[in-house]
Amino acid sequence: MPWPIDQLPYPFELTFMQRALVAAVAVGVFAPTIGTYLVQKRLSLIGDGIGHVAFAGVGLGVLAGLAPVGTALVFAAAGAVGIEELRMRKKASGDLALALFFYSGIALGVVLISKGEGLPLVTTYLFGQALTASAGDVWVILGIAAGILAVAILLRRLLFSVVTDEDWSIVAGLPVRFANNLLAVLTACAVVAAMRIVGILLVAALMVLPVASAQVIGRSFGGVLRWAVAIGVFSAVAGLAAARVWGLAPGGTIVLVAAALFAIVGVARRGVTARLLQREVAG
Amino acid sequence: MAAAERSRVARPQGDCAEPLVQAEQVRFAYNGESVIHDVDLAVRPGEFVALVGPNGSGKSTLLRLLLGTLRPARGRVRLLGRPPETVRDRWRVGYVPQRPVLTSEVPATVREIVSTGRLAQRGWWRPLGGADHRAVEHALESVGLGPLADRPLNELSGGQQQRVFIARAFASGPELLILDEPIAGVDAESQRRFRSSLVHLIEDHRGAVLLVSHELSAVARDVDRVVVLKRRILYDGSPTGLMAEGVNLGIHQEDLPLWLEELS
Repeated sequence: MPWPIDQLPYPFELTFMQRALVAAVAVGVFAPTIGTYLVQKRLSLIGDGIGHVAFAGVGLGVLAGLAPVGTALVFAAAGAVGIEELRMRKKASGDLALALFFYSGIALGVVLISKGEGLPLVTTYLFGQALTASAGDVWVILGIAAGILAVAILLRRLLFSVVTDEDWSIVAGLPVRFANNLLAVLTACAVVAAMRIVGILLVAALMVLPVASAQVIGRSFGGVLRWAVAIGVFSAVAGLAAARVWGLAPGGTIVLVAAALFAIVGVARRGVTARLLQREVAG
Repeated sequence: MAAAERSRVARPQGDCAEPLVQAEQVRFAYNGESVIHDVDLAVRPGEFVALVGPNGSGKSTLLRLLLGTLRPARGRVRLLGRPPETVRDRWRVGYVPQRPVLTSEVPATVREIVSTGRLAQRGWWRPLGGADHRAVEHALESVGLGPLADRPLNELSGGQQQRVFIARAFASGPELLILDEPIAGVDAESQRRFRSSLVHLIEDHRGAVLLVSHELSAVARDVDRVVVLKRRILYDGSPTGLMAEGVNLGIHQEDLPLWLEELS
């Protein structure tokens, strides 16, 4: 890794930690960016659902001897668009559509993997292996991150309008179906790019937990987006450092830091949190 | 009241102009039950039309047919001279929904929401420019939301929130503004500002307004035509004419808007 990355002190002084750091920071930026739109759309769990569909893709890749990242991306993107199309055509409610793909995906993944011999490799994708990321893995993650960020920033007003008020956006003549499918594909890209670091089981957490904290702090959509990214990056760095120091699983530690931050923010702004919870109960 | 002091301004009635929106012999049914029956309606540039009728009379359905989010079973709808689903420059039509189903999981400011009103006109793939930001500020001022522009929507009262959606519709500088019960529960100050911005749209920009409302004394003297709908059109004419004829329409007097009485 080029300077200044290779000058970093403990716990990031080793090359494998530096690669993990770059990849985790990238995930800390793009996962909450996409997540802010998903939370606003009330599809907080879609990352989890797409992760399970991606699991079927990993299973197929392992069985067929193809690159699991490639097959996972194809499965995840197809699943994400499928969920979105079902939801838009009102064939199924958002969470029912999600559940259909969620369970079919995990079942197909289990069946495919049971046919092959790739179980040890599969745990890499289920739980994440931040510390074994190769230089190539890191570049793939950075490339996907750049693509996600470019689209999410350039088209932020369109995405904001569609996730905030879909019915009005249709009447206003905005390309609602395109925007929904674009967000679905971006989510799939984010899930697949992040699964090597935090794992399929936890990837959705980094899309949602930083946003949950940022919601309490921010007072505008742009503000929440920036806070969510700041919290995502902090969770990635602090979680990775803690994992090295205490010998913990990096993916899980990163997510636990994000969860702990939510608890801290919640206590600090107790009144606000109480209001949020009250609204949840009322709704 | 301030609104009533200004008399209705004489303006050209555009009978010859091409209608901005037109329904011809339009029928629509939900599950076999006729909801809209042989409706003819046209709104032309410079007109201020109020659509009234009892609950369940099909007002919202008719608006959806005019906007093209529903298709008629029979008959023809033209929006800006074309079938609604083929209209490309939809920003020329502003729409204020009755109860916006707006998700506010994440706080969004008034300005962020009103800015989306510029998107379709600007081109949704292009960033907003100086003219767009000026139009947004103008729309905010016209409904008196300038001082609240950076407040999150969910901290505003119901009436203030409704003004946000009106400003979002104003932001694109529409030629036709379609409003579905836009000021139910809106305070008097908001109503006054609402009225002056509608009158401004009609008189200075030769725009047209189609308004569904029950309680709208603020604009009573500005309305050119009242259309009474009860699945079919029972009356289409001047407000004063309706007061004379109302009892013969087969609808209850209390189903007519209260503000009509101020005219007699």
